[in-house]
Order: sequence, then structure tokens, then C-alpha cells
Amino acid sequence: MKIHIKNGRVIDPMNARDEVTDVFVAAGKIVAIGRAPADFHANRTLDASGLVVCPGLVDLSVRLREPGFEYRATLESEMLAAAAGGVTSLACPPDTDPPLDEPGLVEMLKFRAKNLPGPRVYPIGALTQKLEGKMLTEMAELTEAGCRAFTQADAPPTDTQVLLSAMKYAATFDFSLWLRPQDVSLARDGVAHDGAVASRLGLPGIPALAETVALATILLLARETGARIHLARLSTRESIAMVRAAKAQGLAVTCDVASTHVHLSENDLISFDSHMHLVPPLRSLRDRDAIREALRDGSIDALCSDHTPVDEDEKQVPFGESAPGASGVELLLPLTLQWAREMGVPLMQAIDLISWKPAQILGVPGGNLTVGSFADICIFDETAEWVVTPKTLASQGDNTPFLNQPMQGRVRYTVIDGHIDFESPH
Amino acid sequence: MNLQLTSDGRLRHLLTLDGLPRAILTQILDTAESFMDVGEREVKKVPLLRGKSIFNLFFEPSTRTRTTFEIAAKRLSADVVNLNIATSSQTKGEAILDTVDNLSAMHADMFIVRHSQSGAAHFIARHVAPHISVVNAGDGRHAHPTQGLLDMFTIRRFKGEFHNLTVAIVGDVLHSRVARSQIHALTTLGVPEVRVIGPKTLLPTGVEQMGVKVFHTMEAGLAGCDVVIMLRLQNERMKGALLPSAQEYFKFFGLTPEKLALAKPDAIVMHPGPMNRGVEIDSEVADGPQSVILPQVTYGIAVRMAVMALLAGGATA
Amino acid sequence: MHASLPDVDPLVAGLADAIAPTLTPDTVIVGIHTGGVWVAERLHAMLHCTLPLGTLDISFYRDDFSRIGLHPQVKPSNLPFDLEGRDILLVDDVLHSGRTVRAAMNELFDYGRPASIRLAVLVDRGGHELPIRPDFTGLTLAVPAHQNINLSRLDDGHLTLSLA
Repeated sequence: MKIHIKNGRVIDPMNARDEVTDVFVAAGKIVAIGRAPADFHANRTLDASGLVVCPGLVDLSVRLREPGFEYRATLESEMLAAAAGGVTSLACPPDTDPPLDEPGLVEMLKFRAKNLPGPRVYPIGALTQKLEGKMLTEMAELTEAGCRAFTQADAPPTDTQVLLSAMKYAATFDFSLWLRPQDVSLARDGVAHDGAVASRLGLPGIPALAETVALATILLLARETGARIHLARLSTRESIAMVRAAKAQGLAVTCDVASTHVHLSENDLISFDSHMHLVPPLRSLRDRDAIREALRDGSIDALCSDHTPVDEDEKQVPFGESAPGASGVELLLPLTLQWAREMGVPLMQAIDLISWKPAQILGVPGGNLTVGSFADICIFDETAEWVVTPKTLASQGDNTPFLNQPMQGRVRYTVIDGHIDFESPH
Repeated sequence: MNLQLTSDGRLRHLLTLDGLPRAILTQILDTAESFMDVGEREVKKVPLLRGKSIFNLFFEPSTRTRTTFEIAAKRLSADVVNLNIATSSQTKGEAILDTVDNLSAMHADMFIVRHSQSGAAHFIARHVAPHISVVNAGDGRHAHPTQGLLDMFTIRRFKGEFHNLTVAIVGDVLHSRVARSQIHALTTLGVPEVRVIGPKTLLPTGVEQMGVKVFHTMEAGLAGCDVVIMLRLQNERMKGALLPSAQEYFKFFGLTPEKLALAKPDAIVMHPGPMNRGVEIDSEVADGPQSVILPQVTYGIAVRMAVMALLAGGATA
Repeated sequence: MHASLPDVDPLVAGLADAIAPTLTPDTVIVGIHTGGVWVAERLHAMLHCTLPLGTLDISFYRDDFSRIGLHPQVKPSNLPFDLEGRDILLVDDVLHSGRTVRAAMNELFDYGRPASIRLAVLVDRGGHELPIRPDFTGLTLAVPAHQNINLSRLDDGHLTLSLA
């Protein structure tokens, strides 16, 4: 399929391009930018006037819910949702049922995903068997099956010896470990950030210490073992400071935050809305502001959606009983744009956080519009205003804290591997 | 808070005292005052809520609170239905909303809800039909508004005014929905100094932001108090590594006659009950002349009558 | 349009004259808050009653509770005598629909079972909606439905009637 993307504002952070020009796609690749190649007859011409043309988004955490949680969402629905969100590559956590701790399961997931319209799916493998935190998985075999990194998802290891061992083993093969810092005992029973709001609402708290104590352990172990570490979903200002310091000392560490935590804080819990029940919890305004600033100054490397579709029944219960998590792969773009607008950050830098930077963290091709590379492209309308409702969301997960909120910025076309996998109806 | 009030500022649900205007709190206390006389008559009933159905939805068991609500409802001539839904079968049993919907279909006018989860009453209130009112009888650690109100009623009865009082709440504030409701009521009603006294393990993070002064010793905290409210200490606190023992707690934070002497000579002693004698309060104090713990119980009926009458009456949306 | 209304004192005196022959030493006078209490106080003095005056607040017995809710100020009812087998003279300022008197009777019966209840009103303005008729009336005056006739007490204790 030959596609001519005409007259769009092409923004490509990796190649430092920001200009209105044309992009030409053929046989799944970007064949030219600017002038059409000889004898190029487009099967489709997309009029991108007034639109932004950027690398397809790379989302570091999208739960597809298969295998095992099909009542919450399916591979089909969530891949379509991701495409609707402009995402062309995604990493999915291993906390499925059964967890992705065996090559066979990984291969099956990749196979299923490959035959469905939607983004490239990169599974992150379980760090330990059944994610129980006791025995290591066959990381090398899993890598051959297609895993890009290994994680405990939201079941952090309680045994530090196991974590040390996992890091040493991973370092042997130069595998990457994605870890969400959480001290299990400090976080026990907590459902909200341990601060003035949780105290007022009588919600059991998760102190910032639960993150920073675990982070300190991870950083010390990483320094000792030389393992490559990516820190997932930071939420406290102290954590950001610790990561900044570690980077300054030359430690090979990267980190991300969820787009929800760029905009929301503990204050949003005031009505006990279980859509605000997230992991990690929404913290204080100071933490949120530190996150916003750290994204700007590069201390935080990437933004992801942490897309976690949940059945509405699991949210229609009192706050503390609700399943945590927010659906959000379709909101990654508008939420990032909103942050950029509010902070006065250039569009190029914002797009970098959700395309090129995460592609590098994931270690996959994509996140750029270099001639000759795969045609994974996102075309969006920066000014389009819409309202988040179950109807406007393609995901089966309607559980978003932004329900009924206005958004600005919407994807018009998503090109994946040279195919138009998403085209907005308007 | 808007959830609790109608568009013209009347009470629609009673979920928490946090954010309720002072005028509404005073209205409830004044109405409760008029219901006190009903309790003294031979026929302790008024026909105000006749034909109304009040359902006690207790997801967390409680005999005392449920009984006072039942008595209050019956004194208003309402029909009362008690539902005790064991929490252990919560996940296996009917979803809360299904229970609420079924009962609403049985022409319920009011739900009195007690639940172990903070926010449960808010959750139910958001889902009921417009003509149904929800009264929070205690949700997790969050709020117990009728208890807070009856405690204010007690203070007003014995002390007359709020604007010149020093009130201390002693004990496990961290886990106490009663304490939170009391703090909101006291600050709203204009009590100039509200204190909490307890070990650091039992005080919530950032509790000062609720408008209280924090003390870690009885000696400092009780000095000059007009009202001393003792909170119950539960056994779980020892098991949860928050305290070493009941003995050590009693030695430093229990209310004995000697400690009570640190407060003003005419200070009153309150306790939301049930008491753990010898753990947070000495029997001599609990049964002594400054204790108003027994009257608190009778006031509870009048206050709950007032709440139900104010919620049930008036134009429906 | 303002009709000129008679002074209250002669009306109360007229009532007292009519009631006096029917009174026994055991009859109690009960006034309905608020205007009825003012009139009852006057009657109680004029008739030289030895038994104390009773007062009734009917807020908890009104039939319009579902519609308009609880009155903001509920005064205490005070009946400092045994009602059982008692003759009661119930006093109100204005009789209109009759619902106030019905509520008052319901409340009285919650206190005990009187032998009889007779009704004395300062003004009967017509518009009865229930089968309730006064036994003693100070003034009968047809008042149009859109108007109200009110009894007020001035600072010096003087009672006056007005139309609004």
C-alpha cells in the first residue's frame, strides 16, 4: 500500500525535524520525506493539513488482559484502542493469568497479536516464576521468545536475596529489569497516599517511604551488580531526586511515570471515586509538581499510560475494595499535550517522551521517522476537542479518572507497518 | 459535600460532618433538643415518619448503634427493617449495589448504613434514587456523623456554648471515625482549641491540617481542658505493632483521677463507648462525678430522631 | 384592601364570659403555640384557673411534614397535669382548615385519654376542610382564601389582629 501523507507538520525528535512537509510510505516503510520518490502513485493520500505527523507512540505499559482476564478486555479490543490512541508499539506487563513466565505463553501472545490489527506487542517477561518472587524464570529463553525486559509488575519481590540474584543473572546477559519500587510491608493494606487527604478520609495509607525505601535498595543493588534497570511508575519527589543523583553518578538507570500522575493528586480522592484508586497512589501536589518539572528537565525519561482496563463492577464498590488501575492508552497523547501546554514545553520535547525515548528504553525499532525505517506513524489533530465517555473510548475499560472531562488533541490516523490501522470517523 | 445537600441547602444525606455548614449542625442539635421531651413522655412516639420505611443496612455488625437507630426510628413511627450482612461473605454474596437496588424496590425511604470501608456510605448515596436518604452509621475509619453530633449535643448540654472551650480527644485517632467526625464538628461549631493526644503511632499523618493541635503527653495535652473525650483502644493495635501493651498505654495515656486533675476542675469526661475499663479509662473516672458517659447514650436517640426527621421531611427533588 | 378589625381584648373578654358558666374546677386550659398560647394565657387569668396552663406545639403532628418538612423552631409542649379522664378546653387563635386542631387532638391523645375536649378560638375565618367546629368563638369573619388573618403580640404584651 502506497500512502502519501500530505502537508502535515512533521515532528521527529530523533532527527530533530519540525517542518511542514510530505511523508511517503510504501511496502511498510517510509520511503521519502519531502519530495515524492520517482513513479510514486499513492493508493491513499492523507490530507494532513493542520495536523501533526509524528512517530507512532511507544507506550511502555499497556495491559492487554489476555490470557486470563478476558472479562475485563480482550487482545482485539485493546489493540484497537491502542491504535486509536496513536500507539504503534507497546510493552505489555506479564501479570496475566497465567503470568508470562514461560516461552510458550510469550510466543502465543506474540502470535495472536501479530495477526490482529494494531500495534507491535512487546511482552515484558515475568522476573520470577508465577511472579511469586521466589524462583527465577528462564530469562534467556524468554528473551528468545520475544521478551524485551523482565519485571515483577505490581508484585514486588519481598526477598532481597532473590532481587539481588535476579539482577546478577540479568547482568550476565545484559537483560533489562523493569522494577516498580515498592516495599511490601510499608505499603501493606494501604490504598491511598499516606498524607493529609487519606488521613481526613480515613483511608489506609501508603507512605512515600514505601517507594523510596525500595528504590534505595534497588539502586544500591544495581550499582553493585551493574544490571540495567528501568524504574517503572515513580510517584514521589524523593524518588525523582534519588534517580537524578544516581544518574549523575553514572548509573545506567531510566525511569517513567504514568500520565495520570502528571495531572492528578491525592486531592482528587475527596469524593471517594474509585476511578482514582491507582497504583502507585496519587500523591501530594508537591509530588505531582515535581513529576511535571522532572519530565521537563529530563530526569524522567518517558511517559506511559499504564493502561489497566478493569470491569466496571470492580470499580462499583467502596474505594478500598475496588480494583486499582485506570484505562488510558487513548489518553496518553492528549494528556501529554496538556502537560506540554501547561508547562510551556515545546511539542517536539513532549512527543519525544512518548515516542523516541520509550523506544530506546524498550530497545526496539520505532519512535522515529527516519527514511528507510518501518512506517509507524501517528497523525493527530492538536486542536481537536472531545469529551472522554464510554462511547468515545474504544477500550473495553471505561475506568478512567478523566471520565466526562474535556480533552484536547486526538488521533486522526495511525499507520502501523505501512497499514492504516486506525482512521478516525470524523 | 454537595452530595449531602440539596440545591437549596437542605440536608439530603448525612454522610460526614466534614464540610456541613454550621447552621445545619445547629439545626440538628436544636431539633434534637425538642425530641428530648418526647423521650420523657409516656407515649414516646410522634407520628412524623409514619408510613416511611427505614432500612438498617449493617455490613459491619453492631448491636448498640443499630438498636439506637431502631429506637429512634420507631419513636418517629417509622417502619424499621434490620439487615445484617456479614462482611465475610461480601465477595461471595450479593454486590452492595444489588442489595441497595432490591431494597429500594421495596419502597425504602431511608438507609442507615454501617460498613467497614471508608467511603461506603458516599458510594451508596451516589447510587440511590432521589427520594431515598442515606445516613452513615460508620464507614471504616472515615466518619460516624451521628456520634459526632450526639457528642456535640452532650457538650452543649453541659457546657452551654462552644466558643470558649478547650477540648481534647485522647487515644487512637488514626483508626477512629468517631474522632474524625468530632474534630469536624468541633471546628465547625467554633471551638477555639481542639487537641488530639496520643502516641505517634496512633495519630494520622498531617492531622494538624484538620485544625487540631497535637500532643504526645497527657500532662501537656490535658492542661486547661473543659472537655476530655476518651477513645476506645482495640486489641488489634498491639498485634499491629503500633503499641507494645495495654498496660504501658494505660500508664501514659489512660485517664485516671490524677490525670483528670490536670484538666479544669469542672471538665467533663466523655467516651463514645464501649469502654475498655483499665485500658483507656479508669473505672473511678468512668463512674465518677465528671463523667457524662451515660447521658451520652440517651442523647443518641434524640439526635438520631432529629437527623431522620430532617432528612425525611420536606419537598422531594 | 384592609378591613378594620376589632380590638382583641374585648373579644377575649367575650370568650371568657361565654366559657365561664361551663367551667369546672378540674377543667384544664391548653393553648396551641404560638397565638393560641397567648389567648389561653389571657383566658387562664380571666377565668381564675387554679390548675396550670398547658401548652402544645404541634410540629410533630402536622400532616404536611412530607411536603414542607420540620418547622425550624419547635417549642416544647408542656402539659403539667394528668390527662386521663380530664375535661380540656383547647384554645387557638385562628381556626381555618381545622388541621391544626386535628394535630393538637392527636397529640393530646398521645398523652392520655381525656373525658372531653372543647374548642375555643379567637377568630373563625371559615374555609373549614375537616368536620371541626369551635364551641366558643370570639369573632366569625369570612376571610378570602388568598388572605391571612394573624394575631401578633406587641412588645408591651398587647395583642392585635391584622390582615395580610
